[in-house]
Amino acid sequence: MTNRVTTTQETKATTDAVRLLPRDRLADLFHALTARGYQVIGPRVDQGAIIYDQLTSVEELPRGWTDEQGPGYYRLKRREDDDAFGYVVGPHSWKRYLFPPLVTLARIERDGEDWHIESQPESPVKRAFLGVRACELAAIAVQDRVFLSQAYVDPIYQARRESVCLIAANCTQAAATCFCTSMDTGPRCRSGFDLAITEIAAGYIVEVGSELGASLAADLPLRPASPEDQADGEAARARAVAQIERTLDTHDIRALLMNNLDHPQWDDVGQRCLSCTNCTMVCPTCFCCSVTEVGDLTEQHIERQRQWDSCFHPDFSYINGGQVRGQVRSRYRQWLTHKLATWIDQFDVSGCVGCGRCITWCPVGIDLTEEVAAIRGNPS
Amino acid sequence: MSHQGTVVPPHPWVPHRAMIRRFCAEIPDVSTLDIRLFDDAERSRFDCQPGQFNMLYVPGVGEAAISVSGPGLEPGDWAHTIRRAGAVTRELTRLPVGATIGLRGPYGRGWPCAAAMERDVLIIAGGIGLAPLRPLVRYFLSNPSAARCVRLLYGSRSPDHLLFAEEIDRWRALGLDVDITVDRASLGWQGNVGVVPMLVDRLHPLDPTRTEVYLCGPEVMMRYTTRALLQRGVEASHIWLSVERNMQCAVGLCGHCQLGPAFVCRDGPVFSYEHVAPLLYTEDL
Repeated sequence: MTNRVTTTQETKATTDAVRLLPRDRLADLFHALTARGYQVIGPRVDQGAIIYDQLTSVEELPRGWTDEQGPGYYRLKRREDDDAFGYVVGPHSWKRYLFPPLVTLARIERDGEDWHIESQPESPVKRAFLGVRACELAAIAVQDRVFLSQAYVDPIYQARRESVCLIAANCTQAAATCFCTSMDTGPRCRSGFDLAITEIAAGYIVEVGSELGASLAADLPLRPASPEDQADGEAARARAVAQIERTLDTHDIRALLMNNLDHPQWDDVGQRCLSCTNCTMVCPTCFCCSVTEVGDLTEQHIERQRQWDSCFHPDFSYINGGQVRGQVRSRYRQWLTHKLATWIDQFDVSGCVGCGRCITWCPVGIDLTEEVAAIRGNPS
Repeated sequence: MSHQGTVVPPHPWVPHRAMIRRFCAEIPDVSTLDIRLFDDAERSRFDCQPGQFNMLYVPGVGEAAISVSGPGLEPGDWAHTIRRAGAVTRELTRLPVGATIGLRGPYGRGWPCAAAMERDVLIIAGGIGLAPLRPLVRYFLSNPSAARCVRLLYGSRSPDHLLFAEEIDRWRALGLDVDITVDRASLGWQGNVGVVPMLVDRLHPLDPTRTEVYLCGPEVMMRYTTRALLQRGVEASHIWLSVERNMQCAVGLCGHCQLGPAFVCRDGPVFSYEHVAPLLYTEDL
């Protein structure tokens, strides 16, 4: 791994004097990023949800909006204040910018009977992620392990990851689907960011997490945070912790799940699961993908395109002779045991960060914490 | 850019150009292609261990994981024995000699040859499962001190489906013990009729405490063969088998070939039966 990534991950937030960016100066942060050549990716409202998209100004932030979430339920609601980061997480994750849903790996040009293949590295776009939650920092760290620390490195992820700037935003509230405290990933942003902000009435309490963050902070009109500001920040962060109701008991979870591969709960959830792949699409750590050949009409130009795939697709496990996981129960079991158990064998970390997206965006409201609890409550 | 000095490696999913140098029809639906990388530097680095596989690519069609069935006839060529099963394998076996294809590899962990030292080796193949075992048979024939003795058990659907029949005759002439069985006999067949586990049941003599098994075939065949081996007292930790799953990236990044904690492409395809059995025998895992 390169310096850039290591610096971000290893540098702890400094404990210097706590400083505050006044509420009306958030645009200065935006400009500090664009002045450094960063494309700013951040939250905005689109089609009834808060998504992550390229922003042209802070005016596009979802000021005054919040999200209400539950199993199979997501609604935007008006806030009583005009907080810009007063929501939790939506259907997007930053994964789509580091591990794009669709990307061309190589181009093939036919030359008579012969052909040639070209695979140019992407020209790196510097992206700043604005408003990264603690669970999302953890998810990026998980994907770092998947794509950067194994025998084979994914060069697309690597190039994008190295050129990213992470502006984290501490949660000041939690959704009913959140369980980051069970996964020990949040809600407080502790490391892995360049800057972290906590939104309070007076503005944004700023923490520096890297040299890049320090350089950005030096360009901002920061003032020392007053004791009241600091107390507000503590209270805002404490509110998020207090609002988390959902729990996942992770004690010895690897053995629990792998020792219960024939548990009747898999049949039960297999009856409810639609195998729609939503959970894997919204998950910030799921990394399965496949490559397809896309040719033009003449078949002279062919692209090898990589796109997100899902273990819930029936053909995902296809081998000559049929599908290994022909039943929905087997596909749900694969997803859950991979996420919570075998991921630990493979990458020495859980594949779940407790963001709750898979619960919210499941059309039938399947809640993985309940599925695990059902197995734990009645192990076979 | 502020990130100079970062060397972005070539994408591990991008194939190298290679040439089909030789085509050999083996049995119905099965052919062997000798394939050679174009690039001199790539070719000189390229070395496949018994049991490893390559990803072969046809532009516009896609890739397929094909195990290496040994060095080709010419130095620098590698043999790939392919059964026509899907779009890629159909196209691969239809292309003329001299055609350009793509190749990535070699991938995976092959047969642990060193485990055979001082042991009685049983190589057991079903159908096209003989292809990834052929380099292992050749290894033992050319390294007589690598094992105490070697025996091949091979089963196929019918006498017409016996792969590498002429080479097996040569192996016999070189002193290899070979037991063959077919599921269905045809007119004139005088050999065994029955499934491979039957050959295991009949093995005599067999010292289970000093037997090392290398096994490849359809999953159901491997299931009943291992059962027969265990009944004869062969130890699970001394049975090695090659597992087939949907391998797409071959480098542990795409997720398709997972079997419990294992990426079959990277951690296999050869596994110790002791380790893989609980996973292999969980339904639909």
